[in-house]
Amino acid sequence: MPVSVRQRRPVWKRALTDQQIKIAFITPTLLLLLAMNIFPLIWSLYLSFCEYYADQPESPRWVGIANYRALLTDPEIWHSFQVTAAFVFLAVGTEFILGFGLALLFHRSFAGKGLLLTLFLIPMMLSPVVVGLFWKFIFDPNWGIIDYLLRLPGFEWVTHPRRALWALVIVDAWMWTPFIMLIALAGLSAIPQSLYEAAAVDRASSWFKFRHITLPMVSPLLIIALLIRTMDAAKLFDLPWTLTDEGGPGNATETVSLLIYRLAFKMQDTGSSCALAYILLVIIIALSNLFLRQLKKVKGEL
Amino acid sequence: MLPMFSFREKLLHRLSILVIVVVLAIYLIPLYWLIATSLKTWQDIDSVPPKWVFRPVADNYQRLFFTVVTDQRGTRVVGTSEYPWRFLNSIIIGLVSTVLAVGLGTLCAYATSRFRVAAKDDLLFFILSTRMLPPMVVVIPIFLMYRALGLRDTHLGLIILYTTFNVSFAVWLMKGYLDEIPKDYEEAAMLDRLSRFRAFVKVVLPQALPAIATTAVFCLISAWNEFAFSLILTESQAATAPRTITSKLGSAGIDWGQIAAGAVLFLLPVALFTFIVRHHLLRGVTFGTIKR
Repeated sequence: MPVSVRQRRPVWKRALTDQQIKIAFITPTLLLLLAMNIFPLIWSLYLSFCEYYADQPESPRWVGIANYRALLTDPEIWHSFQVTAAFVFLAVGTEFILGFGLALLFHRSFAGKGLLLTLFLIPMMLSPVVVGLFWKFIFDPNWGIIDYLLRLPGFEWVTHPRRALWALVIVDAWMWTPFIMLIALAGLSAIPQSLYEAAAVDRASSWFKFRHITLPMVSPLLIIALLIRTMDAAKLFDLPWTLTDEGGPGNATETVSLLIYRLAFKMQDTGSSCALAYILLVIIIALSNLFLRQLKKVKGEL
Repeated sequence: MLPMFSFREKLLHRLSILVIVVVLAIYLIPLYWLIATSLKTWQDIDSVPPKWVFRPVADNYQRLFFTVVTDQRGTRVVGTSEYPWRFLNSIIIGLVSTVLAVGLGTLCAYATSRFRVAAKDDLLFFILSTRMLPPMVVVIPIFLMYRALGLRDTHLGLIILYTTFNVSFAVWLMKGYLDEIPKDYEEAAMLDRLSRFRAFVKVVLPQALPAIATTAVFCLISAWNEFAFSLILTESQAATAPRTITSKLGSAGIDWGQIAAGAVLFLLPVALFTFIVRHHLLRGVTFGTIKR
């Protein structure tokens, strides 16, 4: 009998039970996440209630909610939240419209479809900080190809206080429109053909089919795509680091993440930067809860 | 997709493809321009109107890898630049963190895929939510932690961090794939008196190999592209390639040819890998949750 054979072996030679395997397989990942994510987050929550300068020898001094109060009354903070919100709205909106539009065009079979689709998908896998760098060159008023193609020599983009945000939106849309397209395409191809056939029997108009079949069928996936993009865009850091030189001109494109960086590593105001980081974290957690809820819903349906 | 009947539908079909091709052509101009710039002499980069056709030269790439000196004895190479070393750092840190993240992620994914785990959904969503954390939020305490532990500007420090942010992704992607491998195979192997662990190694892992490779490519790309942690936690010893490419901006005027060459070499591997995993991109970018 296999069981009794196993029992007679010394402990270290016995085969692992399912229970032991389960613990051995899950624990390392959990420990890593606890040590590198949860512990640091608890520490920075504590620091957000302290006056602390990382380059000074004094240890953190508890000041209660003073950091939060100072931040929420500082116009610079509100400015960075407005910049981030405007960016999220404009970039994700543009990506949604263009991405869904392209998906509708792509939703047909033709020769070379796979290749064309793949070419569209390359930019979203590239490093945003390097993408920002070469787009800075493309937007350059002297050598830039954009100003040449638009017949606008010397037209400023990334150095102009208002257009710099649009430059960020354009580059972000260049990278991420295909992301929305890819997910929308998956949604479109999952719609059963029979629904359209039934609608055709009823002589439904194209608009009716779009409004009452296509849109409701793809919207669960589109919401997931939009939430992923919104979370990513709200953290924006790499792209303006290079494209607009850390949020310039001045602080015209200084996102919340860039401001956290400046507070923490240029002004060395560790306490305040942790407090601002926590404000951003609360917003991201709220968004990710929406995302996870939508995910559970869609997974239940599939 | 749709069966085509009328002339109008055929026209619409042709027109859609035409629009796609035109949009794609415009879409790819920036990439063409980047590659073209990396192969141009400074005279060609500086020319107005811009040159679409030019004689390619490799000077920019040479200046990227070697320190070149021009004096009365002519132009010659005097040594290597820092760039190859930063590239090497990126490769080492990327590869080691990928192996660790995919290894740990596969184990955790197997356990959650096959066994009853208390509060499994909460556990999985907790793991996924760590992936959503903004880097700027985590990096401040990590900076202090690394300073205290002496892990700043070390390969080990970045490897641990990159493993952490990739492991949650690896768990989700691998779980999606492992759920699709029928349990029957390992159960048959276990009936043949293989232990659970040996069945996992001998039966499940070989079947999951393509999935593991795909997951590894995605982890490798995100470690390769990572910038914020590298910016804050490294100085020179363990600095990765994106830092060097972007720091060229500050040094003595803007040498766009050299920047373009650095960017091309940095982006090219990612473009190739993207092409390799093209059929898995949808899964990859949605953490394995959307499968088709």
